Amino acid sequence: MSDELSEVPAASEFTSDEMMTVAASRSLHDGAVCFVGIGLPSTAANLARRTHAPGLVLIYESGTLGTKPQRLPLSIGDGVLAETADSVVGVPEIFNYWLQPGRVDVGFLGGAQVDRYGNINTTVIGDDYDSPEVRLPGAGGAPEIATSCGEVLIVMRHSPRAFVSDVDFITSVGHGRDGGARAELGLPGRGPVKVITDLGVLQPDERTNELTLTDLAPGVEVERVRAATGWPLRVAEELGAQQPPTDRELRILRELKATLGNGESS
Amino acid sequence: MARILQLDTAVAELVNDGDTVAMEGFTHLIPMTAGHEIIRAGRRNLTLCRMTPDLIYDQLIGAGCARKLVFSWGGNPGVGSLHRFRDAIQNSWPVPLEIEEHSHAGMANRYVAGASGLPFAVLRGYAGTDLPAHTDTISTVRCPFTGEELAAVAALNPDVGVIHAQRADRAGNVQFWGITGVQKETVLASARSLVTVEELVDELPAQPGAVVLPSWAVTAVAEVPGGSHPSYAQGYSERDNTYYQDWDAISRDRERFRQWLDTEIHGSERSPR
Repeated sequence: MSDELSEVPAASEFTSDEMMTVAASRSLHDGAVCFVGIGLPSTAANLARRTHAPGLVLIYESGTLGTKPQRLPLSIGDGVLAETADSVVGVPEIFNYWLQPGRVDVGFLGGAQVDRYGNINTTVIGDDYDSPEVRLPGAGGAPEIATSCGEVLIVMRHSPRAFVSDVDFITSVGHGRDGGARAELGLPGRGPVKVITDLGVLQPDERTNELTLTDLAPGVEVERVRAATGWPLRVAEELGAQQPPTDRELRILRELKATLGNGESS
Repeated sequence: MARILQLDTAVAELVNDGDTVAMEGFTHLIPMTAGHEIIRAGRRNLTLCRMTPDLIYDQLIGAGCARKLVFSWGGNPGVGSLHRFRDAIQNSWPVPLEIEEHSHAGMANRYVAGASGLPFAVLRGYAGTDLPAHTDTISTVRCPFTGEELAAVAALNPDVGVIHAQRADRAGNVQFWGITGVQKETVLASARSLVTVEELVDELPAQPGAVVLPSWAVTAVAEVPGGSHPSYAQGYSERDNTYYQDWDAISRDRERFRQWLDTEIHGSERSPR
């Protein structure tokens, strides 16, 4: 990571989504075992493997262990994941043998809503589960990724609709409704350690676990992040600034995205 | 021993109105054509089980075949939402849809318990989530050895399990490989099973990493080349990503969806693959 940052920042333009993807990529340490979903997490993990973390181990929930796709997969069932994996196992095995006992260091999550304690909702918008305003896709692998991975990185675009004080439904637990759930439930993983957005980075406060603004994306002001956050956002005493993507990061990221052709959007 | 049948005969014989049906394939080897045949057969009041009710169940739900959905993730993979699934839950169109919702780990373990002949499975799951409050097949159990409280999920034992595989031999032994998902568990958990295959062969060639289901564990096999289109069948066909993207617009609109049903399912001249 550090040698990446010492490179000269890109002179070229970059988008906030590219910054977000690069920031997610930089959060992955070489040699870590990473549980990856399709979309931005998959792009970020594959970018990391091509830059600072060639030893990153990618696991997709479809059962591919140590996969090294030469292009971005279109779905978690994409054949390229199976063909380039160290091992392909069934779905019960991926969850029971590999995720559940704590063999995965980092899990990526996103969702329709995240709240001040890093709880995620991908189930329903609205107070009534039986008659939702919007029915979302549901849990997928996320509830157990949230509890069993060593740590969780949340990646989401910042907006008041998405960053709410309390999620309508806890699909995947962060720090619970009051910030202290992980200790109460005896959960093995640390839970969300970072929320990476297009405006910057939030991290749980060491004492309260409330998500706090710790880094700003290039060109973004604190007020803009506050306006996009549905609770009174606190700002870390030492507010950091994200380093823009390097030329190399941008080039490799764009090469990767080009492998999708007309595929998915993130 | 498995019988080799035509797809329409197999569906007519194995899938009844009101059955609990699991059609699995974890974004690979999805038994799409078998799903179309169930729509064509006009089956109603099905309880549909599937970890990822993607396009295959969006189509069955929109066609009014289902009264209940048991699932863990309902989206159009890599594209976005499932609009027929949403319309059924939010607006009861074309018929009300009851749901029973799990996580992937929970669903996978339900099939494992079903395949194992056990009443439930144990996992470290659902901690801190709101799911158990809404799903009565999620509970807890205390470990008799350590006293630890763990999640328990009820076994899933469908009336019919339907999967798509790469190959079967003429005796009905089934072979599939690549991302194998929960298909083995689905067949073994189900009272009856139907396997559509890319091809019937005289003898199954050795295939590294393949799952083989012996003929005596399968009810029926039907040869359906391209039966997982638009998902892929490793070694046979790639994902037709345009179909997934086009489905977004078709499924958004009830009238367009009806037209799709008329031409692609009920029409005599369907689009060539």
